[in-house]
Amino acid sequence: MAESRTFTLNINGKAHTVNAAPRKSLADVLREDCGLTGTHVGCEHGVCGACTVLVDGKPVRSCLMFGVQAEGAEIRTVEGLAAADGSLHPLQQAFWEHHGLQCGFCTPGFLMLAVGALEENPDMSDDDIRDLLSSNLCRCTGYQNIVKSVRVAAAQMRGQARS
Amino acid sequence: MTWIGRRLRRFEDPALLLGRGSFVADRSSTAAAVKFVRSPVAAGTILGIDIPDGASVFTARDLAGTKPIRPILERPDYRAVGQPLLAVDRVVHTGQAVAVVVGRDQADAEDLAEQVYVDIDPSAAVVDVDAALAEGARQVHAEAPGNVLVEGRMKTPGLDQAFAEAAAVVAITLRSGRQSAAPMEPRGGLAEFDPASGRVTLTASVQMPHMLRTGIADVLGMRETDLRVVAPDVGGGFGQKMSLFPEYAVLVWLARHLRRDVAWIEDRRENFLAASHSRDQVFGVKGAFAADGRLLGIDADLRSNVGAFSCYPVTCGVEPLMAFAELPGPYDFAEYGVRSRGVTTNTCMMAPYRGVSRPMLTLTMERLMDVAARRLGIDPWDIRRRNLIKHFPHKSPTGLVYDPATYLEAMEAAEQRIGLGEFRARQKRLRDEGRYIGLGVSVFSERSGYGTPAFAARKMQIVPGYENVDCTMDPSGYVDVRIGASPHGQGLKTALAQLVADELGISPEHVRVISGDTDATPYGWGTFASRSMVIAGGATKLAATKLADKIRLVAATLLEVEPEAIELADGLARVRQTNRSLAIADAARAAYHQSYKFPAVGAGLRDTALYDPGGTFSNACHVAEVEVDIGTGGVSISRFLVVEDAGVLINPMIVDGQIAGGVAQGIANALYEEVVYDDAGNLLTASFADYLPPTAAEIPEIDIVHMETISPATVTGAKGVGEGGAIGAPAAVLNAISDALSPFGIEALEMPATPDRIRDLLRKAGISPHG
Ligand code: FES
Ligand code: FES
Repeated sequence: MAESRTFTLNINGKAHTVNAAPRKSLADVLREDCGLTGTHVGCEHGVCGACTVLVDGKPVRSCLMFGVQAEGAEIRTVEGLAAADGSLHPLQQAFWEHHGLQCGFCTPGFLMLAVGALEENPDMSDDDIRDLLSSNLCRCTGYQNIVKSVRVAAAQMRGQARS
Repeated sequence: MTWIGRRLRRFEDPALLLGRGSFVADRSSTAAAVKFVRSPVAAGTILGIDIPDGASVFTARDLAGTKPIRPILERPDYRAVGQPLLAVDRVVHTGQAVAVVVGRDQADAEDLAEQVYVDIDPSAAVVDVDAALAEGARQVHAEAPGNVLVEGRMKTPGLDQAFAEAAAVVAITLRSGRQSAAPMEPRGGLAEFDPASGRVTLTASVQMPHMLRTGIADVLGMRETDLRVVAPDVGGGFGQKMSLFPEYAVLVWLARHLRRDVAWIEDRRENFLAASHSRDQVFGVKGAFAADGRLLGIDADLRSNVGAFSCYPVTCGVEPLMAFAELPGPYDFAEYGVRSRGVTTNTCMMAPYRGVSRPMLTLTMERLMDVAARRLGIDPWDIRRRNLIKHFPHKSPTGLVYDPATYLEAMEAAEQRIGLGEFRARQKRLRDEGRYIGLGVSVFSERSGYGTPAFAARKMQIVPGYENVDCTMDPSGYVDVRIGASPHGQGLKTALAQLVADELGISPEHVRVISGDTDATPYGWGTFASRSMVIAGGATKLAATKLADKIRLVAATLLEVEPEAIELADGLARVRQTNRSLAIADAARAAYHQSYKFPAVGAGLRDTALYDPGGTFSNACHVAEVEVDIGTGGVSISRFLVVEDAGVLINPMIVDGQIAGGVAQGIANALYEEVVYDDAGNLLTASFADYLPPTAAEIPEIDIVHMETISPATVTGAKGVGEGGAIGAPAAVLNAISDALSPFGIEALEMPATPDRIRDLLRKAGISPHG
């Protein structure tokens, strides 16, 4: 087995220096070495999307990427979504108001997927939203409340972008 | 204004949204990692197990002091089979745990596990339910000749007569593929050893913590008090996490044996191989119909593949015996004959999964109605109208008593809302253009809130059903509710807080519901079978009512009035029709600190209640509109309507969420998901690339309408609602497909109705689809 390596990750604006094996996935590094367990692992083969985080603004399956590969990138996880004063991000708020989660296991992945897309383009149509969200799996909600939550947050983020 | 009935957002959510949920894998990173070595073949004799030098590996030989998991039904037709914690001498399904490896971390454990070589002399496997029943089939277990583990049979005296007098006898055979509950969080457990006390705390992703503690203590031969089971946040269960699995007993054994913390976090492949599956049933039924469409009687042969073992505690009787008892569904007919068998095979164990048998029995009755309607030239809605139960209480041919419901009214409401006339016109127009749309209806009952009488009727040795709830107001006026139910995503804590708030006149935010910890909650049966709102809710309401009486007594003494004069509202104990009042928190303080003033209350404010109902029936009507592409065989769902009657809705937002989630799983059963084994018993669908849960792209918006029958059968008036979506959706979808394809006379649908299967049916009907 390859030796561990020391490297530094920039996560939610903070530097985390870790010592981990090169074969360790980014998801596992985040969870085990950085103590950020909000990113979940549902399949480890890139289908469910529970592990979605943003790497340089793009949604990425953190189970399909090695931790060392993320060195130098800007990583964002669910722990970094809320404002510094603890108030919820509009997406989190919308998921809460519109019952966009049940067990909550898939939720961090959906939040990061949606936040990445909406920051790039808050003008998504309903079809675009459905299409985007079809990259992740949720077993509890039947999706419609997730779609609704994202739709509501998109409207709000559009408002914010204009003001 | 009451809290009941409000779409209150859930107290559970903020932590989950902030990434501060606490699932078992979030707690386990410092424990030694456990990996199971699993059988690569479906059947065979273990010749030897090679273990890498110095590795920490254990096999059945090390666990010689443990007992197999062996749940019992006290029926003469039940054959008990034991599931050893690790395979002893032979393996009976692919993925069965054969050895266990303990490593420094997950990667280390996995590396070691790969070096463990299990030498197995394979034998032929029995995979298919009918193959297992065939004359001369290889026996899976020596205890079970003919591979039948359980068999329910009955026949009413007038059945033959009914068939002799029938104007039409309609025979159909239905088949459902095998499904996995596939919760997004797989199974997992962390067993922590406390050297000071010798106790083990097992934190695990489970639905039934108390039962798990009993089961593990039994198989390991330890005292229950030495084990604490905690269910932290659980990432979905749907039934898959209610059984006792060998892995959890092994974890506790390892923690005690090694005197250290050990954790096993299952991967997705293991979850498909070894968690549990469901469905995989073949139902053959004959219906005797009068010329006017009245159903006179049913004769049924129901076969359920129960896999290699019998799940604990509910046993492999869960599917066959539920099918046996509940096949008649929402229909009123007198004559019933049934033979329902649970058949063992060399496949992963079957265990409850949302709906349990009812998706199949609803599909069966609903296809029967449609096929009979077509045969007799009656409108499908009319044939149902003639046969639905209309008078309550109704007694079914199997002796079940149905409480008041709205079978007919819900269907007629659906008929109105869906706009049948407009649909038929559109269907005709599109057919002329070569497009095939169809409408399918499904009417069903969802039995829920099963108390001990329902389970005792199955002759289970372990009879679940009741709930005890402990309701305590602390001296500051806040309330702790301790429940034996174990919610995992249903929002039960919010809904119970709403119930308590109304009883005590306080805000739901002042109510904390404690669950999922055997050290902190009364013995109870966890969360399954749409029972929690009905049973834990009922017990909570009863306990809160008793507590409210105590608060009134305290307040009345302090305000010098009769207790009847006190009303609890807005955090106050008020003397009715006056403006005299006392803060409930002050009454609470007094109850603890001046208890001598209230001898009738005793010290403090605490009460408990037990609830064990006979059961109730929710009901619903689902309608699906689909389009079938006869070129590809692909089906898309354009509309989906649910008219649901679940009695009083405590939190309608949560109820709608349960329905939508259930419907999505039902659609998955109907169109997409199938666990497939090859003939040798190798699992072909061990990833989400092969097993296909639907995404947001496949699941339509679901239109939900509520009706509200106040049933005397439950104390809150609420009926269970967790499973209905999954129960009704498959039948609606398959009926819609059959309607769409009616120009080709296609009736013999099978679940999931994949493009392959539909193309095949079209080909047989003389249509040549592409490819
Ligand atoms: S865990 Fe990464 S996609 Fe499922
Ligand atoms: S909320 Fe449970 S998997 Fe999505």
